[in-house]
Amino acid sequence: MATAVETKGWTRDQMAARAAKELRDGYYVNLGIGIPTLVANNIPEGMTVTLQSENGMLGIGPFPYEDQVDPDLINAGKQTISELPSSSYFDSAASFAMIRGGHIDLTVLGAMEVSEKGDIANWMIPGKMIKGMGGAMDLVAGVKKIIVVMEHNAKSGDPKFIPQCTLPLTGKNVVDMIITDLAVFHRPDHDSPFKLIELAPGVTAEEVRGKTTANYVE
Amino acid sequence: MQKIYSSAEDALEGLLFDGMTIAAGGFGLCGIPERLIDAIQASGVKDLTIASNNAGIDNEGLGKLLRTKQVSKMISSYVGENKEFERQFLAGELEVEFTPQGTLAERLRAGGAGIPGFYTKTGVGTQVAEGKEVKSFDGEDYILERGIRADVSVVKGWKADESGNLVFRKTARNFNQPAATSGKVCVAEVEEIVPVGSLDPDSIHLPSIYVKRMILGAPYDKKIEFRTVRQREAA
Repeated sequence: MATAVETKGWTRDQMAARAAKELRDGYYVNLGIGIPTLVANNIPEGMTVTLQSENGMLGIGPFPYEDQVDPDLINAGKQTISELPSSSYFDSAASFAMIRGGHIDLTVLGAMEVSEKGDIANWMIPGKMIKGMGGAMDLVAGVKKIIVVMEHNAKSGDPKFIPQCTLPLTGKNVVDMIITDLAVFHRPDHDSPFKLIELAPGVTAEEVRGKTTANYVE
Repeated sequence: MQKIYSSAEDALEGLLFDGMTIAAGGFGLCGIPERLIDAIQASGVKDLTIASNNAGIDNEGLGKLLRTKQVSKMISSYVGENKEFERQFLAGELEVEFTPQGTLAERLRAGGAGIPGFYTKTGVGTQVAEGKEVKSFDGEDYILERGIRADVSVVKGWKADESGNLVFRKTARNFNQPAATSGKVCVAEVEEIVPVGSLDPDSIHLPSIYVKRMILGAPYDKKIEFRTVRQREAA
């Protein structure tokens, strides 16, 4: 039925909500730009999760009210934000000491490609997009747990979870979990293959297999 | 010693030369030394290498120096939101050393702290590692990155006392602190200069030793790249 087709899989918000299930009380977390930012709206009630902004802040508050907008208070996506009573500020070197030093518990990032070995590519398309890696390479090198949230397939239909990345890498063998609009893949350590652990509503394992070129365990 | 200068032009007098390296503070358009950038543009100095996290946007911040083609090389982590930058880069007019954001911050910090190089996990196995020494510590690979010692650094602070102790405000601190230490000479612009003794010594972010020259840059019309707000719920 047509309606069943339309409700199949997860929306961007639902993908973010699924990623939020990986949060734990007391976690310090860095969220990337795009769908990962939506994870902030899904922090379970009663749980204390502190969000880090790599431009130098711990304790990101919600977007400000119109009359509280402050150009000196932005997140890493350059959006205006607010502070919390528990917030703190620091410089960029201190911020990345935190990240590189393994003090951040979890990061959620977008990606253009993830390989079956846990490589991630999300910063450059040669000859086309030249924005740069920002803090993504530092995050995947230093944060304890790396979750990628991305569409299962590119707009062209090409799989994004693939045997080997074709784009320049952001990090090698770093991804722990992949959440797409169709499914969730996880691996317990960086020597193990990814395992399909969850399917979005209305999605079958067979369909995921057909839309994925990476090898994984079912 | 008088550190306070009457204008950005005066504060940069004798410091600028073609082919020099400049470290600039700021993240996006937040906490950028805009008065000093304007003065660098007006000076006509060229063939600059600039270490800065971003390259401004089309006609704001360092984007102004790109527009006048005074920059030959950028050392940056993220240069989106800048069409002129993209055009010059794709046309081969501008060299870019893409440096991960944390590596850039640490390169500036290390350079200013007398550390010529350091090993980091960031970028291992990527393009960033190409041509760099790889060394294994406790079974994990790290790459060697170089500290940056700039000829001049330009930064933006919130308050300074007359001796050059600086305080930053909220996320406008960002790269200003490590950039300030990386320069052989650091020139700062601030929103307010207060008498010595008015700042709490325990709350100084950048001690006066780093600030050689400064100007009062106010009044500022601070720019916002993405204004995001929430609505108050109806009472």
